[in-house]
Amino acid sequence: MKNFSWRVILVFAVIIAAIVYILPTINQGWWPHKKINLGLDLQGGMHLVLEVDTDKSVESTIERMTYELRSLLKKKNIRYVGIDRIEDTKISLKIRGNNNILSFDKLLDNELEDLQVLSKSTDDEILTMILNLPEDETHHIKKLAAEQALETIRNRIDQFGVNEPDIRRQGEKRILIQLPGIKDTQRAKELIGKTALLEFKLLDETHDLNAALKGNIPAGSELLYQDNEDAATERATKSPYLVKKRTLLTGEYLTDARVQIDSQFNESYISINFDKKGARIFERITEENVKKRLAIVLDNKVYSAPVIQEKITGGEARITGNFTTEEARDLAIVLRAGALPAPVEIIEERTVGPSLGADSIKKGLISMCVGGMLVVLFMVVYYKVSGLIANIALILNIVLIAGGLAAFQATLTLPGIAGIILTIGMAVDANVLIFERIREEMNLGKTQRAAVNAGYSKATLTILDANVTTLIAALVLFQFGTGPIKGFAVTLSLGVLASLFTALILARLVFDYLLINRKIKSLSI
Amino acid sequence: MRFIKSDINLNFLGKSKLAFYISATMILVSFVSLILHKGPKYGIDFAGGTLIQVKFLAPASINIIKSGLDTIDLGKSSVQQFGDKEDNEYLVRTDISVMTSQGLSGKVKNALEAVTGNEVEIRRIEMVGPQVGKDLREKALFAMFYALLFITIYISGRFEFKWILSGIMAAALMSSVYFLSLINVSIPILITAALILAIILFWFLNLKYAMGAIVALIHDIIITVGIFSIFDKEFTLPIIAALLTIIGYSLNDTIIVFDRIRENLKKYRKKPLDFVINRSLNETLSRTILTSLTTLTVVIALFVIGGGIVHDFAFAMIIGILIGTYSSIYVASPILLIWRRRGKKIQL
Repeated sequence: MKNFSWRVILVFAVIIAAIVYILPTINQGWWPHKKINLGLDLQGGMHLVLEVDTDKSVESTIERMTYELRSLLKKKNIRYVGIDRIEDTKISLKIRGNNNILSFDKLLDNELEDLQVLSKSTDDEILTMILNLPEDETHHIKKLAAEQALETIRNRIDQFGVNEPDIRRQGEKRILIQLPGIKDTQRAKELIGKTALLEFKLLDETHDLNAALKGNIPAGSELLYQDNEDAATERATKSPYLVKKRTLLTGEYLTDARVQIDSQFNESYISINFDKKGARIFERITEENVKKRLAIVLDNKVYSAPVIQEKITGGEARITGNFTTEEARDLAIVLRAGALPAPVEIIEERTVGPSLGADSIKKGLISMCVGGMLVVLFMVVYYKVSGLIANIALILNIVLIAGGLAAFQATLTLPGIAGIILTIGMAVDANVLIFERIREEMNLGKTQRAAVNAGYSKATLTILDANVTTLIAALVLFQFGTGPIKGFAVTLSLGVLASLFTALILARLVFDYLLINRKIKSLSI
Repeated sequence: MRFIKSDINLNFLGKSKLAFYISATMILVSFVSLILHKGPKYGIDFAGGTLIQVKFLAPASINIIKSGLDTIDLGKSSVQQFGDKEDNEYLVRTDISVMTSQGLSGKVKNALEAVTGNEVEIRRIEMVGPQVGKDLREKALFAMFYALLFITIYISGRFEFKWILSGIMAAALMSSVYFLSLINVSIPILITAALILAIILFWFLNLKYAMGAIVALIHDIIITVGIFSIFDKEFTLPIIAALLTIIGYSLNDTIIVFDRIRENLKKYRKKPLDFVINRSLNETLSRTILTSLTTLTVVIALFVIGGGIVHDFAFAMIIGILIGTYSSIYVASPILLIWRRRGKKIQL
């Protein structure tokens, strides 16, 4: 009897725990545990996978190092024939004259130890050398780029304002983003995907723009465009600018970006502030280039190219353009959150509208009720009172799955609901196994109590074996799956565990109670 | 109430030759269909591309929708009715997969509204890039493979106490598959080869139960995949989930029969193996049919009223349950007899 009461306590404890965990889902106010999480396919929302083009971050590092190398050699008075980035991630270097070569070799040993020499040949007092970054350094740059991209995107989404976003690394260079309940998906995608590289570059005013448009682009300059919209005809046009390639200042020194309304033209613009260092650079640029035009370039698009009237101190600038208030707001967010270290590409998107999600929940619940009712009815007709016991077990089974979902903060998805429905079908299996066994034992002429005992003891191992294999399949599924499929694996596993508990412990308890405590001689089965 | 009389004694094994032909035919038909359809029909999860589910407030014909889509550049696209007819829902599919970031869904919405003149709701967008599709395809194959392998370790361990032997075998298989997958061997071929190798190993290592189970499972998967191919249905992530569930379910059945065989072998020590197997199949028949019935009931409910998104999933489950029930009686158990026919000493 001691064993019996111990099982009673266990059963009640589990059921009460499950119910307590379900309570917040029914009424949020009852206690502060969280509700059952609904997957994006049920509540609507957007699932994105981004790939960070980490190769680009290596390329831009090499590009920067090429610049630095040039200025370093100039500073050290080493004359060079050419320093260029070749094959994306290599630096090719040509130096003439023995003196120059000698001092460069010294420089290479002392100050450029992070570069690796790929090939080196000296021919007729000309040194030709190809340099690149060592493997672990490029690996480090890529890793850093992916991490930084994740941080930046998280910043942007936080500022955009989404309830409970889920943003995480996936593999080496992918980022998984889940935005539940988001409505303006297009805007969110633009906000997330924008590189937001802000650059200040001088216009090339010494060369002819028209010649450049015909393909005659001077070295050190490039053609960039500004998007315009004709207010009258609403036609989008592009106006070209010939801009010097060299970047004078980037957005990395930004401390703040805010949307402001120009009272004169009633137009939105963005005012940006630089930190001390940025302000100093900005001051120097404006001082050296008075009366010249400075292009404000974001992601290789010119926003404006005002003429510098005088030296600007204080580190404040404004970006104008034909912004709508929303565009301006989003632009301010991406500028504040900083640029992505490398471009990102959306490689997977799954968006579910809220109405579809609600439909799915409705249809899922209806099929669960219909399927469940049919099974319940069948069990009562086929096994009478014992069937009723199995049905109690079945209903508690669903309660336990729901409780488990809430307790583990797992996510319920549409395939997850399918998993619960499937468990309803399979959960009665354990009881069917036991009941069939009991019937067999009774056919051998045993009393009901002896038959129940024998039935349980013989069926238990079989049931365990059969369920462990389903559990294995579910666990593999969990490992492999994404979003909705994971939800299926979760409910299937919970279902297997719950049905083991309800069939082997709970239903047994009811049988024992009726046969031992209530001394019922025969139960219809 | 009972459907199956307790003294039932059907001669299942007597029909095993017929069953063999039936199974062989079904597998053959599956392969023929797969070859005719040039492999399984992949949904966008595996092939890459974009799928947009649209809902019209008033009925719209597929031809009109198509003409609307022709006005925008969608590449190779198709339109298909989705769910119940009165819902006016359609799936638009294209093989482009990069445009969503540039507002593909908005373009589709505008084009469709222009051509039908009634409001269009974009209910769902799924875009999968080609690389992701390939990754998912490989992951799905690996998942099936690992599920099969883990399950057979468990069976060999539980039924024949050969945990270590089967564990070492599985570990060797897994690591060779892992290393070969690193050097760019085609994953489908690799997994097929590994499964065939596994069956051969089971044979020589005398892992009878594992062999019976894995052959039955592969049988179930091939036929389910074949029927999907015959009905020209697409493979998506939920279908893979269904296949893995079928593996679990079919095995459930098989294990219950195996368990009974093991128990009866002790009980009827003097009787021949085929008698024991037949006896066990008959004793578990009632349970096999009842469980299949209850599970089928709920899955059919899901199939009929669960809505378009789970429709194919439920369809796969229905087929899987039918095939799985059949295979645990007619495929898994007769395989145990092969060893006797080989003239080896039986130590079941």
